[in-house]
Formats: sequence, structure tokens, C-alpha cells
Amino acid sequence: MFEKVLTRNFSLPRSETINVYMANGGYQALPKVLREYPPEKVIKTVTASGLRGRGGAGFPAGRKWSFLPKDADVEKYVCVNTDEGEPGTFKDRELVEKDPHQIIEGTIIASYAVGAHRAFVYIRGEFFLGVKRWIKAIDDAYAKGFLGKNILDSGFSLDLSVHRGAGAYICGEETALIESLEGKRGEPRMKPPYPASVGLWGKPTLVHNVETLANIPHIINRGAKWYKSIGTPKSTGPKIFCISGHVKNRGIFELPLGVSLRELIYEHAGGMAFDKQLKAVIPGGASTPMLTAEQLDTTMDFESLEAAGTMLGTGAVMVMNEDTCMVDAARRLMRFFAHESCGLCTPCRTGTQRMLDILERLEHGEGKPGDVERLEEIARGIQGLTFCPMGDAAANPVLSGIKLFRDEYEYHIKNKRCAVAASRP
Amino acid sequence: MQPDVKLADPAKRSMLLTALYIAQEQYGYLTKDAIERVAKRLGLPVTDVYSMASFYTLYRTKATGRYVLQVCEGLSCHLVGGADRLVDYLCKKLRIKVGQTTEDGLFTLQTVQCLASCGTSPAMRVNDALYENMTAEKVDELLETLRGYHV
Repeated sequence: MFEKVLTRNFSLPRSETINVYMANGGYQALPKVLREYPPEKVIKTVTASGLRGRGGAGFPAGRKWSFLPKDADVEKYVCVNTDEGEPGTFKDRELVEKDPHQIIEGTIIASYAVGAHRAFVYIRGEFFLGVKRWIKAIDDAYAKGFLGKNILDSGFSLDLSVHRGAGAYICGEETALIESLEGKRGEPRMKPPYPASVGLWGKPTLVHNVETLANIPHIINRGAKWYKSIGTPKSTGPKIFCISGHVKNRGIFELPLGVSLRELIYEHAGGMAFDKQLKAVIPGGASTPMLTAEQLDTTMDFESLEAAGTMLGTGAVMVMNEDTCMVDAARRLMRFFAHESCGLCTPCRTGTQRMLDILERLEHGEGKPGDVERLEEIARGIQGLTFCPMGDAAANPVLSGIKLFRDEYEYHIKNKRCAVAASRP
Repeated sequence: MQPDVKLADPAKRSMLLTALYIAQEQYGYLTKDAIERVAKRLGLPVTDVYSMASFYTLYRTKATGRYVLQVCEGLSCHLVGGADRLVDYLCKKLRIKVGQTTEDGLFTLQTVQCLASCGTSPAMRVNDALYENMTAEKVDELLETLRGYHV
């Protein structure tokens, strides 16, 4: 059986406290790093572990670290991305609420490796308990001397503070997050330059998702070789999967990357609720293209999902049964994207609204011939033409939905009603 | 004369989000006066501050009831019979539509996007508190409790 890594303390009472964290092996990686590891060795170890970003893009963490300039005179920053908002995803909230010190330890080690002395937590404004947990955890870490000046007599100093967002999904995108931290509207920046060279206040900045940072102490404690033994050759380590929708047991499941979708749904999540048939699965959050019941043997890792035409994203699996209307599902997802488009790039701002209009029309029996083609045309007109990946993300539910369930869309237009509802007795 | 934002201390502008939260707390919502005061304190153009208040959904530029009920309408909430059913029930119960406030000024009903409670959906927020696995009975209980504070 797989031994839990990131969620190992979740079931302990008061798992969010520094005492419980330290009683279970916490803050042992930090002194080890500060005493024995020069920064280059930390970067080398993380690179060797194969750790890839857990926020959606899956970029190799060690490589991201190595992009920051080595010059000690250059001021650098680290941002801890807790702006979780991708529909279907709820792992970061749990990580922060149940074991924040693991993330703090990872953040300190990452800051030491890249030579940053100032780090910022950017947390979603809605996460009120999360904000409280972050503040308390940071205070306790200061009190024990893990943060502040001259940490554990190493000569390394780091300050960490919490900044609360105010309700904008887009601020989970790293350059929008930086803009928001600077006190501006969360509108993504054109890349390049990437934050590693020009980030917060124009300085080199490392932005990481909390789950990525939570992996760091474990990699230091148990070594890159151990870490690589979990998962697949190209997708190493444990992953927190979030399962929602029509399964018996919804929730988070920590498993090695490379677990099959079938095992995840039928063994860990207990299978389909009410013994209904599975119709479609969104494997990595609202931004990722759907899969069908025939694709359940696809394994949950970066490369296999890419080969299947979709993405691992945040590892948020949304399961839909035979009674789900795929036009309605797409409409719900599009409401999200239309609401969350920051409005900077015209294709995304106008395209999401136009797609939503058509989907609402279809759902209400007012679809017109040619609407399916119109949806495809608009979706393709967004792809690749926006500053940030949200434009592509918004096109995915529509394009993948039409590709897999075109007949349902056509049925809506022809019969002014839903095929799923019509098939019910 | 408009202050030159480029010359302003960059870290000072970073306080804008927090400043707006504080102003909202004090004024109940971001009134014209509140926005102007924040702008003055941070040395920023009023338009910049207003543009922030309108960009982020947690800032309110209109008066709301004492309790803002925000029902998640995300896909995961919808799949388990949440969203629509919960909103319809609340509309009936409070005799208001989405976006409206009850006559006694206690409740404002809103729909919001994903609250990251997909494993415990349907979910809703009341001011800063999160309520999960919501049912009609739980809504009744919640409304009763909140009303109880104002008898």
C-alpha cells in the first residue's frame, strides 16, 4: 500500500499546529539544508527528484529555480500561490488548513536555494479559515526561529507574510498574482519575460503552488532517489487528487502519479454513486478537456494525459454519470470562465461571453442551426491568442464536449430539449 | 493634480487590497467616500482605486444585507443537485431573487463561482463562513440561527 507523504498528518488531531508537525518529523529538513547544503545542492536535489509544479502547468521545479539569477546582490522574491479556484479543486485549501507548516518549511528551503529574503503568501480571499491558519502558522514559525533574521544561526534570513486576494480566479496565474500583490488588477503580463527574470516589482521572482512547496521537505529528508521511486519516470512523486461529482466517496486522495483513472474512481472513490453508468470525466479541473468511459485506463500523469489529448492540470477529477446533460455541463463551466475572464484580452473577454450566450440558448431550447459550428469557431478563435492560458482553458470544455458528444448538442438544436432528459421514462 | 503612480512607493500601492478590505469593513460597502479616502491615503488616483473595487468580486460597491448568502453554482455543486435547487429554495424562502436583499435588510442572495468545496458540495458562504454539504433542512436551520441574533 502507498505510504502517504503530503497528507500523512491530516487525520491527526490539531494537525495544523507546529507541535504536531514537529512531533512528526517536521522542521528537520530545514536545519539539514542550512547546515549541510549549499544552495546549488538544494537545486540539484530538487531537479534530480523530478518534481513538477502541481498548480496546473507541471513545469519542472528545479529548472524553474535554476532560472533565477545567482547574483547575491539582486533582490529576489518567492510567492506562495494559495489562490486555488479551479473548479473541481480543493487540495490547496486542505493543505493550508490541515498542515501549513509543511508548506512553510518548503518555502524557506526554496527561498534559501534561490537566495530570496522576502516571501509572500497570496491566498484566495474566500479562504477565511486558510488566512487564519496561515497567519498563526507563520507566527509560530517566527517564534521558533524558523523565520526572521539569521534562521537557526545560519546567517540566512527570510520574512514571510500573508496577502489576501479579493476574489479573482485569474490571480492564480503567476503574473496576475504578481500584479495583484503589487496592488493592481489581476491582469496577466505578456511572457516573456518570465517572473524568474522580471517578477514582483520588476525583480526575479519564484512563484509556486502550495502543493509543490509541500513536497520539498520530504525530498530533502528522504532523498531524490526515494522521491523518484514514486510515480512514473516523467511524473514523479505523490499527488493529491480531488474527486467530485457522481462518485460514492468524494474527497481528496493522495496517490502516486500514474495511478489509473479507473483505480482512482472505482477503488479509492468507491465507484459510481447509485450504481449509475459513468459518462464523462474531467481529469484535471475545469480547464482540461474531457475523457469518456472508454478512456478510464488512462493513467493520471502528465505524459499519459497529454497523449490522451487532455492534461493533468490540478488533478481535480470531476465525474459525470449517464444522467448528465453535456450541454448543461459545458454551460456551467462557461459561466465560470465568462465570469472569471479578467477582460484584458479581447478573444477571451468576448469569446467566453459569446459562447455562454449560445450555450444558454441551447439549454433553453432556443438553439439555432449552425450554433455548434459557431461555438467551435469562437473557441478556436481564442486558442493561442491570449496573454495567459485561461483563454485556452475556456475553449477546452466546449471543444472537447462537442468532439465527444456532438449528437447531444445537435439534439438540443433540433428537438429544443435535452436528449438525456428525453431518454428518461 | 493627479499623483504620479510611477513615482509612488511600489510597496505602498501593495496595501491597496488590504486598505479596501478595511474601508469596506468600516463603511459596510465601498461608498464613493470610502474609495476617495483610500485613494487619498495611498496617494493614488480615485479611478485606479475604483477600478480595483470593481475588478475583485469580494469588494462590494453597493449596499448589501447584514448577511450575504453566496451559493456556489460550480459544476461539482450542480452535479450533486446543489446550485439551482439551493438557489430556488432560498429565493422561495426569503422571497427575493438572486442579487436582491430582504426587506428587513438581513439577507442578500448571490451566486458565486467555485468555492473549492467540490468534495463537500453543495457549498455556500455566509459572509466569511463556509457551509458545506447543504440541504434544505440545513438552510432552514442556518437562517433561523442568523435571524435569532436579531430578534
